[in-house]
Amino acid sequence: MKNQKRRDFLKTAGLLTAASCLPLNLVELAFADDSKNFTFAYISDAHIQQIKGNKFVRNWDRGLSRAVAETNLLNPKPDFVVFGGDLAQLGKKAELDHGADILAKLDYKTYQVMGEHDYYLDLGEYWSEIFGKQYYSFNHKGVHFIVLNSILTFDEWTFNRWGTAEQRMNEMAGLDNPNGSPFMVGEKQRQWLKKDLEKVSKKTPVVVFSHSPIQKIYKGWNFWTDDAEEVQRLLKPFDDVTVVYGHVHQIQYNQIGNISFNAVMATAWPWPYPKSYSQNKAYVPKLTVPMNRANPFHERDATGWQLIDINSGRVDLRYSLTNNSNRTVAYNPLTGQPEDKDFQEKTKQVPPQEHY
Amino acid sequence: MSQKISISAITIILIGIVVVAVLQADEFTEKDQQRWQNEYMSVVAKGRELWVSPDLGSNGVACAQCHPNAANTHPETYPKFQQQLGRVIALRDMINWCLMNPSEGEPLALDSREMVAIEAYVTYERRGVSLEPGKH
Ligand code: HEC
Ligand SMILES: [Fe+2]
Ligand SMILES: [Fe+2]
Repeated sequence: MKNQKRRDFLKTAGLLTAASCLPLNLVELAFADDSKNFTFAYISDAHIQQIKGNKFVRNWDRGLSRAVAETNLLNPKPDFVVFGGDLAQLGKKAELDHGADILAKLDYKTYQVMGEHDYYLDLGEYWSEIFGKQYYSFNHKGVHFIVLNSILTFDEWTFNRWGTAEQRMNEMAGLDNPNGSPFMVGEKQRQWLKKDLEKVSKKTPVVVFSHSPIQKIYKGWNFWTDDAEEVQRLLKPFDDVTVVYGHVHQIQYNQIGNISFNAVMATAWPWPYPKSYSQNKAYVPKLTVPMNRANPFHERDATGWQLIDINSGRVDLRYSLTNNSNRTVAYNPLTGQPEDKDFQEKTKQVPPQEHY
Repeated sequence: MSQKISISAITIILIGIVVVAVLQADEFTEKDQQRWQNEYMSVVAKGRELWVSPDLGSNGVACAQCHPNAANTHPETYPKFQQQLGRVIALRDMINWCLMNPSEGEPLALDSREMVAIEAYVTYERRGVSLEPGKH
C-alpha cells in the first residue's frame, strides 16, 4: 500500500518535472468555452534514418521522440494528432517501422500524411500496409478534414526513368537535386476530391492536410505543387478553407483568396528559406515572418511541433520550438489572413528573423 | 676586355630572359582561361559530390540534407566571430564543425583536397554576393 503510493508519487513527480521544462504556453492553453473549438497536435518531417541494422541517426530519433513525449503531456488533451509526412528518410521498411514504433507511444488517435521520403522506394506500398489509405477525408466537430497525397509526380519519371527503386528514392530525396520532379496531386485524386466535396456544405470549414504546399513557392526545392491552382479551384467555393502542409521545415504562411496556408516545422532539421539561395530569385509568401535562423550548436534549434486550435473553423497555429521562443500564427478575422501574434509588424521583428 | 664581353653577354642574356618572361606572363589565351576554368569547375563538381555524399560523415547525414545548394553557409561572412567557440574562425573550421557534429564524422585536414573542394563548391553557389567578413 505504502509502496503503491510512493510509486504514484514518483510517477507524478516525473510528469511534473517534464512539464516544467515545457514551454509555458503549452500548459496554459486558454480554451474558449465554445464547444465548437477544439485542438489537435501536428508533428511532421521526422526523417527517421537508418545507419545500418538497428542503428538510426540519433539526432532525428530524438526530435521525434521529444515531440511525442511533449504532445503526450498536453493538458487539456488534443482531440487527435496528425503526422505530416516524411516519417522515413529513404522509405525503408526499417525506417518506417522504427518511426511507427515511436509514434505508437502517442496517447491519441493519429492521422497520417504521405511524404516523398516515405513513398519513392516502393511507391507507398509498405506505408499503406502500416498506415492505410494515402488520401481520405473525415469529419470532426463540424469541420471537414481532407488528407491528400500531394507528392506524386509524372508517370514517366516514376515508372520509366530509373534503373532501381533505390535510385528513384535517392533522386527524389535530394531537395536540391536537379533530377527530381515536381510534386502533384494528380488527376485521379482531384476527381476524388471533387466528389468528396460535393457532399459538404459551403458553410462547413474545410481543413486540408498535404505534405507539399498546395501553392507554388520555389520549384528548385520542390516547395511546390504543380497542380496547385486546380486543387485551389476545387476549394474556392467554401467560406473557410485552410491548408496545413509539411515538407518545407520552416514557418511559412500565406493567404490566397479564401484559402489560408500554414506550414509546420520539422522535428528533424530546419531548412533555409529559398531566398537564401543567392543564385535564384525565389518567391516566398510576403505575409510570412520567418522563423529565427538556426544555431547549429543547438541540435534541436528551429525544429519543433505545433498545436492547432480550431477557432470558429479557422486555425490558430502554435509553434512549439525546442530551442526558440514559441510562435503563434493565427487567422485574423479583421484582415482575413493568418498573422503572427507578436512579430507581424515590421518594427517588431528581430535580427535572427533576417535570412540571407 | 674579356670581362667587358662577358658582362655585356650577361646583360644581353638577362634582357633576353626578362623579355621572354614578360611575354610569357602576358601571353595566356582564351583557351588557357577555358582550361583553368574547367580545372576549377572540376573541383567544384568534386565538392558537390562530397556535399551530397552520405559517406563524408559517419551517420549517413549529408551536408545537402540541411544545406540545399549550400544555402545558409554564408562563406562571404568568414572569417568571423563564432559565439559558441569564442573566437574568430575560418570557413574551414565551420565546415569541420558541421562535419563532426550533425554528420558525426572525422574532421578533414585543413589543407586537404577535399576541404578545398568543399570550399570551392560552397563559394561557387554563393558567387556574386559581396564580401561581408564578420557579419553574423
Ligand atoms: C542537421 C542539419 C545540418 C547538417 C547535416 C549540416 N549543417 Fe551546417 N549548419 C546547420 C545550421 C542550422 C547552420 C546555421 C545556419 C545559419 O547560420 O543560418 C549551419 C551552419 C553551417 C556553416 C556556417 C554558416 C554561417 O552562416 O556561418 C557552414 C560552413 C556549414 N554549416 C557547413 C556544413 C557542412 C560542410 C556540412 C556537412 C559536413 C553541414 N554543414 C551539415 C545545419 C546543418
Ligand atoms: Fe521533410
Ligand atoms: Fe518532404
